[in-house]
Amino acid sequence: MLKLIYLAMKPSRGSISFFGQDTATLPREDLPLLRRRVGVVFQEFKLLNHLTVFDNAALPLRVTGRKRSEYAEDVAELLAWVGLGDRMDANPATLSGGEQQRVAIARAVVAQPEILIADEPTGNVDSEMAMRLLRLFVELNKLGTTIVFATHDLQLVRLLDAPVMTLSNGHLHIRPPRSQRLRPEPIESEVHEDTATGEDDHE
Amino acid sequence: MSERQVPPPPKGGSGALLPPDAGRDRPLFLVAAILVFLACIAALGARGAIVQAEQWTSDLETSLTIQIRPVDDRDTEADARRAAEIALTIDGIAAATAHGRDHAEALIAPWLGQDNLPADLPLPLLVDVELNPGSAAPVEALQAALDEAGLAATVDDHGRWAGAVKRAAGLARTLGISLLALLMGAAAAVIAFAARASLAARLDVIDALHLSGAEDSFIAHLFQRRFFMLGLKAGTAGALIAVIVSLLVSWGDTPADMLFFLPRWSMNPFELIMLGLAPLLAGATAALSARLAVATDLRQRW
Repeated sequence: MLKLIYLAMKPSRGSISFFGQDTATLPREDLPLLRRRVGVVFQEFKLLNHLTVFDNAALPLRVTGRKRSEYAEDVAELLAWVGLGDRMDANPATLSGGEQQRVAIARAVVAQPEILIADEPTGNVDSEMAMRLLRLFVELNKLGTTIVFATHDLQLVRLLDAPVMTLSNGHLHIRPPRSQRLRPEPIESEVHEDTATGEDDHE
Repeated sequence: MSERQVPPPPKGGSGALLPPDAGRDRPLFLVAAILVFLACIAALGARGAIVQAEQWTSDLETSLTIQIRPVDDRDTEADARRAAEIALTIDGIAAATAHGRDHAEALIAPWLGQDNLPADLPLPLLVDVELNPGSAAPVEALQAALDEAGLAATVDDHGRWAGAVKRAAGLARTLGISLLALLMGAAAAVIAFAARASLAARLDVIDALHLSGAEDSFIAHLFQRRFFMLGLKAGTAGALIAVIVSLLVSWGDTPADMLFFLPRWSMNPFELIMLGLAPLLAGATAALSARLAVATDLRQRW
């Protein structure tokens, strides 16, 4: 489902309305422009090991044809913000899982996307790092980015006051944020295999 | 974010978006180089066969042979010289050379041996006649002049051979061009296949670029440029090896007639253009294959 959202996969039937545009009728040439409005943190990171941490983080800016001098300062600042200011020249393969995760996050947000999609962002990190990532997402959300992330970590879901989408047996159930519910109910009752949680301060 | 100490960005330019080949493209390089080499050899061979066939045809069409039959009580060698003098008086004939008995004996030596011929064995003698360029063979006029002089002579315009040689030349030309076309087709197909296989190992790069919002043309251009350079280098290597082989053939001391089907370096415009174009064609084929492969992959995704 996430692949459908970040336009990596074409729906076999039906259509997807994205930023008010029906992707089924959208010219193929316009799809990259839509993809640039979405940042993605992949579960397996998808970092390019022949590029440095800096070049990996700058990738979404580079593919738009922007010159290095135009974005170098911003990328450096972003990498410093995610705690990788001293690893910009490093090869991603030499980083720990958590550091690679943060490079992936930096790459996902460097072009200031309107939506950030994260697939199991805490799946490869310890609980401490998971909490740090969660705080990072909340901070990004406060800066205006809608965050959608998929997780199996129910503890993490409980910590967030955000809409929860549960995918179960091919059906999607959506629950409002805890603060908007009339009476609290245990989240576990709806969480089965895949859990998606979304947080949006525009609502 | 601004409260943190922001380090300067790393110095230097951006790294290449495509990873170094690290030996991954070596099979493609080898295949392309070998096929370009074979295509160049085939082209040089085809040109050699065509030029040689045209030479044969031209030789036959621009010459005649007068055969002086031995007749009792006549000096055949004197008749041959007389026939040459008569031939030179005919319009359209540039030169005539009378050959003596030694020449005739040399011609039949392969069948009868060098020393086994009796001295009194009657042998016909030959007179080689060269025509002026563009002149029609004056067979009838020459025959009439020889008859009038009372010589036992027959004019042979090579008509019996010219047809067969022309057919052989046409066959050599067709075979050469067909072989060249087949090799070029095989080269294009194999280079395309190898380019696709090489691309399959870089799907992660395509993935990352695609999902980062790169346009199809941006991704295709990266691969196209990489594979064009690869094909160009491989093609250059193949063409250079072909040049070396043809130079070795040219410098060998094998009789030229035995080598008509082998590629020989003669430094003519055809060879220079072909050897210059071969690497470019190899590069273009590899680039086009890579572009199509990337485009196909991207279209299958969405």
